[in-house]
Amino acid sequence: MNRALADLRPLFDRYGLGVGLFIAGAVTLWVFILIVLPQVAMVVISFSHNLPPAERGGPNDVYTVSHYAYFLFGQGDGFNSLHLQILGKTVLASALVTLFDVILCYPIAYMLAHGARPSVARLMVMGLIVPYWVNEVLRAFAFRIIFGSTGLVNGLGMSMGLWSEPIDFIREDIALYAGLTYAYILLMIFPIYNAVEALDRNQIEAARDMGASWWRIHWRVVIPMAKPGIASGCTMVFMLTTGAMAAPQILGGPSNLWFTQLVYQWFNDASNWPRGSAYAVILVGVCILFTFLMMRVFKVKIGEIGR
Amino acid sequence: MTKTINLDHVSIRFGAHLAVDDAHLDIAGGEFFSFLGPSGCGKTTLLRCVSGFIQPTEGRVLIGGQDMKGVGPNKRPTALIFQNLALFPLMSVAENIAFPLEVRGVSRKQRRKRAEELLDLIALPGTADKKVTELSGGQRQRVAIARALAVEPDILLLDEPLSALDLKLRQHMRTELREIQKRVGLTFIYITHDQGEALTMSDRVAVMSKGVIEQVADPVTLYDRPKTSFVASFVGETNAIPVTITERQDEMVVAEAGGGIILRGMSAGGRHYRPGEQCLAFIRPEQLRPAETGDNVLAARVVGDEFEGNLRHLSLLTASGQQLRMALVNDGRPAPIGADGIIAIGFAPAQTWVLPDGPLAKG
Repeated sequence: MNRALADLRPLFDRYGLGVGLFIAGAVTLWVFILIVLPQVAMVVISFSHNLPPAERGGPNDVYTVSHYAYFLFGQGDGFNSLHLQILGKTVLASALVTLFDVILCYPIAYMLAHGARPSVARLMVMGLIVPYWVNEVLRAFAFRIIFGSTGLVNGLGMSMGLWSEPIDFIREDIALYAGLTYAYILLMIFPIYNAVEALDRNQIEAARDMGASWWRIHWRVVIPMAKPGIASGCTMVFMLTTGAMAAPQILGGPSNLWFTQLVYQWFNDASNWPRGSAYAVILVGVCILFTFLMMRVFKVKIGEIGR
Repeated sequence: MTKTINLDHVSIRFGAHLAVDDAHLDIAGGEFFSFLGPSGCGKTTLLRCVSGFIQPTEGRVLIGGQDMKGVGPNKRPTALIFQNLALFPLMSVAENIAFPLEVRGVSRKQRRKRAEELLDLIALPGTADKKVTELSGGQRQRVAIARALAVEPDILLLDEPLSALDLKLRQHMRTELREIQKRVGLTFIYITHDQGEALTMSDRVAVMSKGVIEQVADPVTLYDRPKTSFVASFVGETNAIPVTITERQDEMVVAEAGGGIILRGMSAGGRHYRPGEQCLAFIRPEQLRPAETGDNVLAARVVGDEFEGNLRHLSLLTASGQQLRMALVNDGRPAPIGADGIIAIGFAPAQTWVLPDGPLAKG
């Protein structure tokens, strides 16, 4: 605590008491009211019984792990395989989407940073950003139209004779993967771009001069440089994908639930906020685990991911 | 192995901009050859052309007698050392040095062995597992050289590799570079804007300005017998005096500077001047001496006096308004400056070069 206060000193020395107090206050507000409090509240609620308002604070209002137990074991007869499967599928699908994004975004980020001429790079950035002026829900619907039975993809594929019957991309989850992959590419491209941009072009030329093939240049010179960016992009894309709501709702197949939809159902359809909170906490836990995994895999520190 | 390099009327054009204009010269095997010129003179472009990153618009580059047309940088017997060295910051010193070997599929063990050999050569043993970022500027410099030498190239190309170092280290590295070159016996092509580097290290120097090679000569000739106004003014300090030719006697030229002063000087390369032609006479500050009689004697007012220990730099102004710089060796005798601030100076005609009027180097 003393240390934390000592860290604040320069703030007051530099900006004076008034502005210093404002900044300290604003940061405190942001961290505690907007980040810490809601999370703590959710964790607390997740350990409470789902009681009618009248009984809250009464003798029945005691802590319980029943909601977590429900997620694991359901009504008590064996594992809650349905929900465990949904979580597993969500995590697996998100990991897959994250992988697609890395494969897709690394070349784009590299081109932006080192390949394209400045004027072309500017156009590329515009092309990347402008679609995001449209709301996420509308973009999901756009994908639904593109992948529909009379949509662009089926139309093109059939007119080129690649297949004869319309393919149900929605049922096959292809629309969902495409939509989710596209939904967060910016969050993958820009961290990688940031990391790769710092790479000195001469290093690429030096490697070329020494006879390195393009894949070795990327493997040994560019990708090591991009690693913190890739790790940071992976973390963000994974978290946002597991936490996605609109795209799975609109693009998901009929028999296919995303874990967030489960959370949504507990809150809204079942009016069971404690259980919904418990499920949300589980999702947060999975995301935190994934972040640690990324740090292990890419051998980067948390500070580098946050950059 | 050493290989010759022939630039056969090489021109390089970027759009409308002529970066290198008809460069034609031969570099002998084992030679330390420098390209000297201000930034933007085309020297780096020419080097990148030799290394294979740029193709000549016209002309040919021959290495060891072979035309390099269509041969990529990775296939040429050259190794390039970049201005900022371009070491890989995320690799260890040994990995950096052995990277060219890794590319060629040499085994891990052999790579390690060669890296340690090279570290001995550059006098940095025991640093193999350090990070490049842990080394000092001079050490990094040497690692870059070791990396370039790893695959035993025939020609080493160096693009201002000392420019990032501080003065002391730069002077030390000059000697060291020259020693390494002698030890490995390779052809070195060195790019620099620093005339001190070019003169101290090179066997021969090509001075470039605006894409044109102005003069190719050994350092002494370059300094003592410049061929163009640019070379005279870029290499070393000099005084440029506008003159009008009055008479030519064999190698000697008689010319009139402003205010009726008659100068005698050498016509560079036996060039024939017509009487009445406007030229520039060049004389180095250290060639100006106190003198009362003889050729090229004139009186000037001392307007500035900087004492530097071994030398004393005088700023002079002649009656016709010509500014001159004079360097006096501090030999214990007082400078013969009169009470009125006037000094009589003279300079030998053999050290006065009359060159065609042309652009001078700035600064």
